[in-house]
Amino acid sequence: MTELLAGRLREVLPDEAVITDPVRLRTYECDGLTYHRATPGVVVLPETAEQVAAVVRLCQEFRVPFVARGSGTGLSGGALPRSDGVLIVTSRMRRILSVDLAARRAVVEPGVTNLAITEAVRDAGYYYAPDPSSQQICSIGGNIAENSGGAHCLKYGFTVNHVLALELVTPDGDIVELSAMDAGYDLLGAFIGSEGTLGIATKITVRLSRAPAAVTTMLAAFTTIEGGGRAVSAIIGAGIVPAAIEMMDALAIEAAEAAVRCEYPAGAGAVLVVELDGPEAEVEAQFALVDRICREAGAFEIRVAASAEERQAIWKGRKSAFAAVGRISPAYIVQDGVVPRTALPDVLAGIDRLQEEFGIRVANVFHAGDGNLHPLVLFDDAVEGEGERAELVSGRILDLCIEHGGSITGEHGVGVDKARYMPRMFTDEDLDTMQLVRCAFDPRYLSNPGKVFPTPRLCGEVPQVRKGPHPHEAELF
Amino acid sequence: MPQEALAKTGVTVRVADAGDTVAGVQAKWVALPESTEEVAALLRVAAEHDLAVTPVGGGTKLDWGPPPERCDLLVDLCCLNEVLEYAPGDLVVRVQTGITLDALNEHLAAENQELALESPVPGTTVGGLLATALSGPRRFRYGTPRDLVIGVTVVLADGTTARSGGKVVKNVAGYDLGKLFAGSYGTLGVITEATFRLHPLPPARLWVTATYPELGDAPGVDLGTLAVQLAASQAEPAAVELDWSADSPGYTVSALLEGTAAPTKAETIRQVMTNPEISWSESPDGAARAEVSESPPDWWGRLPEGAILLEIRVPPSSAGAVVRELATSHLTGHTLRGSAASGVFLLALPAGTPKAGTPEAETPATAATVIERLRERIEALDGRLLAVSGPVGAADRWGTIGALDLMRRVKARFDPDRRMSPGRFVGGI
Ligand SMILES: Cc1cc2nc3c(=O)[nH]c(=O)nc-3n(C[C@H](O)[C@H](O)[C@H](O)COP(=O)(O)OP(=O)(O)OC[C@H]3O[C@@H](n4cnc5c(N)ncnc54)[C@H](O)[C@@H]3O)c2cc1C
Repeated sequence: MTELLAGRLREVLPDEAVITDPVRLRTYECDGLTYHRATPGVVVLPETAEQVAAVVRLCQEFRVPFVARGSGTGLSGGALPRSDGVLIVTSRMRRILSVDLAARRAVVEPGVTNLAITEAVRDAGYYYAPDPSSQQICSIGGNIAENSGGAHCLKYGFTVNHVLALELVTPDGDIVELSAMDAGYDLLGAFIGSEGTLGIATKITVRLSRAPAAVTTMLAAFTTIEGGGRAVSAIIGAGIVPAAIEMMDALAIEAAEAAVRCEYPAGAGAVLVVELDGPEAEVEAQFALVDRICREAGAFEIRVAASAEERQAIWKGRKSAFAAVGRISPAYIVQDGVVPRTALPDVLAGIDRLQEEFGIRVANVFHAGDGNLHPLVLFDDAVEGEGERAELVSGRILDLCIEHGGSITGEHGVGVDKARYMPRMFTDEDLDTMQLVRCAFDPRYLSNPGKVFPTPRLCGEVPQVRKGPHPHEAELF
Repeated sequence: MPQEALAKTGVTVRVADAGDTVAGVQAKWVALPESTEEVAALLRVAAEHDLAVTPVGGGTKLDWGPPPERCDLLVDLCCLNEVLEYAPGDLVVRVQTGITLDALNEHLAAENQELALESPVPGTTVGGLLATALSGPRRFRYGTPRDLVIGVTVVLADGTTARSGGKVVKNVAGYDLGKLFAGSYGTLGVITEATFRLHPLPPARLWVTATYPELGDAPGVDLGTLAVQLAASQAEPAAVELDWSADSPGYTVSALLEGTAAPTKAETIRQVMTNPEISWSESPDGAARAEVSESPPDWWGRLPEGAILLEIRVPPSSAGAVVRELATSHLTGHTLRGSAASGVFLLALPAGTPKAGTPEAETPATAATVIERLRERIEALDGRLLAVSGPVGAADRWGTIGALDLMRRVKARFDPDRRMSPGRFVGGI
């Protein structure tokens, strides 16, 4: 197929950085959402922003779509390639360019993993706050695209609250700097979370945070999920903003137990992981309060981590939960929805009803503090019709979230997976207005097309665009 | 004609009087809508009759920024001031944007919660705060309006009403128009409703304040190091402010500590502020003193006074360098105030501006020259200098902007006929 384009790509990139071998192309056919697959037309592995820009300009010239890919851990198919396009992979852009502790910032390339930033500054007492569970692998570029959060974003916010500037290759192939320092529109804020549809981040300035003086992690076991829910409400009601409050239900605990032997208290219908951090005296005072609240809400066992190892042991069950359900079910869908915290009990009851109605099991793992649910919908793909039923339940859960004033995604993004749900949450006017931003950045709709929005908005005439049929159009793909 | 059409919307519309100006430009009509629908109806009429529109909040900052190229209709949001939805258990509130920040926080205080934003200008509405992206001392801990807004309803120039975000804190569905509209100075549309993330009111607040004398033309403290150490302190101050006037006895630094452990934290901060390795004093024992108090110094969170107001943004390690640059710029009558921990300051200069921009200059330098000279120094620190308000003459108000072309393209898509506060923003947007 794309001999012509591949040839031109090899003029701007080293030979081996342009992949057209079908076997190698297949390595990139999906991201973490494995049931959407497409073999990319070409894969490129640029090392510099200039190379990325050159590739994007060629895509413009040939009018072919391009998709950025970081580590491919995305769970909404955002990095799903186009068979008629170019996949731009950032795996060779992995340098930490500078660290300035006094200014509390680091400049990194987009392929750097989330955890690598923290590792580079940990010994000095700093860290990079957003901490998705995938942080060992996922790239900072992917985090930017998804506005990733993590367990600790309840207190510390998301990627968008921790990025100070970025260098971007626009869909036109220009290299532009977006900085919170500059006057003008907050394009930095608009870019973060745009899922690769507004261009490719090639250099990122992140804010570093000072590590807290004290951290206390506790695990509280409840016989019922309602008990855990009551504790969460009471903690927030008491004016405490913990670093994290995570909850798992019985089925999720069972899975984690089977996978990593986390040894959570036997008989627990729900466990709550609460982490408090900050100045010593504050953490102590808050801990006493949280401890009392949990007991009053019916906790039958409370464990407190006395060391870093014990803290890890508490987190182990929670962090492994997604993968762990593989131990108790042949197949599963990871859902990601959000509800106002006060609606949690209602929504969980609703999920229970769905389980009964459809005969499908759902394990619940969630960031309870901010109402972000990760229901894991279990099914057996060998049983006919079960996959469809699971899909239906998964969609109904999103409906529940929307009915309760929530969102169809709290952190995994819309991607290809949820584009069709967007009209349930937003009107046509809402979606069209958002796409005005898209039209400003990418009027020809080449940057990760087909993601986020169910239907593209026609952008109308763009000044300085060449008219008439494109010279290469006929020969392509 | 337009007046009849405006009246037909059913919205209260009056003929503008002499006071209804935007940076000196006289408007023709003033409308007082009470709902998003009414704003949309007004903007549809404005679109039909090619009226230029400027949204007005508390009207406290209308004279900031450059004048609009034209201004027919002021959309005054003062009557769009309801709290629409407040769920204390969710720490979320949805409001109409004409409500003042003070009124909102009074409402929230009943539940021991607050919107952790501050305005240096009394009477600021929530919408005005969002549209100008103003912030106060606590931006260091809580961020700026764009960090706390989780959903918006906006009305575009053609009357289209659109929402983005929602009423949950965590939400990545679709583009975040709240961020885009925050700080857009009314040039993209009218923000009619906004939803915010709230914080519990801290049970206690303490300020630790130290004044360092001027020794020669340098402060009796290594300000750069002090700011870095305070910002990095595990006592986690909510704010670290600097105040320095030409006619004050020295440099005052004040830190705010919040929460149950405020006294312990204040003590830690006091020690940093009086560390003899970085601060010197003229007192007999040579040690700087810092006071702990339950109320802030009187300048805290207020605009510095002066005819010309500039904003300086630098990396947070450069607070000391900013003072050094200003001290050697031969300014007179200036006040520098702002967040030493975040590197964001306001600099007030007197009208007619300083005697001189350079030591050798005999004749007074124009405001524009002074601004350009200061900007050169600040940008050399990897910072930016913006002219916020006042008679700045021909000075470029905004400084270097990396993405101006993209900004113009965004404006062209949202407001193709250039009717929303035209000319009020960067690059003539
Ligand atoms: C086990 C597991 C746990 C997870 N836990 C969390 C969690 O706790 N919180 C959370 O938020 N997410 C979580 N995720 C989801 C995922 O890890 C995040 O979305 C992550 O940010 C994706 O990064 P990536 O490098 O893998 O991006 P990819 O999957 O490669 O790409 C994701 C999107 O980013 C775009 N993109 C990539 N690089 C760039 C760039 N340089 N410029 C512009 N766009 C780019 C792609 O086009 C795509 O749309 C989890 C995933 C897994 C598998």
